[in-house]
Amino acid sequence: MKKKIKIKINGKINKIYDKTKLSDLIKNLKVPLKKVAIELNKEIVDKKKLNKINLKVNDKIEIVHFIGGG
Amino acid sequence: MKKDNLIISKKKFNSRLIVGTGKYKSMTECARAIDISGADIVTVAVRRVNISDKKKPLLMDYIDPKKITYLPNTAGCFNSDEALRTLRLAREIGGWKLVKLEVLGDKKNLFPEMIETLKSTEILTKEGFKVMVYCNDDPLMAKRLENVGAAAIMPLAAPIGSGLGILNKVNIQIIRDQTKLPLIIDAGLGQASDATIAMELGCDGVLVNTAIAKAKKPFEMAKAFKNAVIAGRQSFLSGRIEKKLMGSPSSPKKGII
Repeated sequence: MKKKIKIKINGKINKIYDKTKLSDLIKNLKVPLKKVAIELNKEIVDKKKLNKINLKVNDKIEIVHFIGGG
Repeated sequence: MKKDNLIISKKKFNSRLIVGTGKYKSMTECARAIDISGADIVTVAVRRVNISDKKKPLLMDYIDPKKITYLPNTAGCFNSDEALRTLRLAREIGGWKLVKLEVLGDKKNLFPEMIETLKSTEILTKEGFKVMVYCNDDPLMAKRLENVGAAAIMPLAAPIGSGLGILNKVNIQIIRDQTKLPLIIDAGLGQASDATIAMELGCDGVLVNTAIAKAKKPFEMAKAFKNAVIAGRQSFLSGRIEKKLMGSPSSPKKGII
């Protein structure tokens, strides 16, 4: 069985399989890619290159979108 | 007659009223108020996606960014790094370059932290952003923002959400006289007449959120602000009469019986 690792998504700890592709994670989370921006360890990720990124232990992911504000 | 558009960074907008999308009871209410206000630009905030509740409505499903210009803001940022991070992410969502910079300095009065604001304006402009800058009503600071490349100067009327109206008309007028950049009153308006006053001072537009969203009847207030901005602009362009201390009768003296 594949090893599970801990990562943080939007400040919360999640357990995922080691070397999960970022594109697969986003797909599993059912996040509408066109309406969000993604940061991996404080670096903005090019949304076209998500399938080239393998997640590793303690990665910190931020997924943001627009909400109402003044 | 030449069309009187609001022009920001060479982009033309029909309405001089910019509205915020925060503090509404629901997305439906927010979308309808925006529609009634006639605004072409709305401010939006950048926040974490709620991954555990996927049914939560998304702003973009209610307000179409193809029809209304989204103006991402940095509300809630208290230093330059946070503001830069937020706007770079906003740009990544869909290529937004026109942004509203707001770096706050105090959690209670929400006044802008102007040193950080100035620093951020300069960096963002160099990165290709068109930065509309929330600032205090200080003419010297407004000048410095202009010098580092701000796309619009947006002084507060009063503290954010306070509803106090324009507290320092003189400063706003001095800023108006010194700059050709779009001057937009941002924050602190309480009622429609406050927007008229801003426009009569020669401002290019106003940004309103709380005064509409938290009014007892937000839709009616949205309409009132729309009309108030139009009235104020027309009044400004019409050239007001001089103020005098003594009276001057409106009816002719000739032919009095």
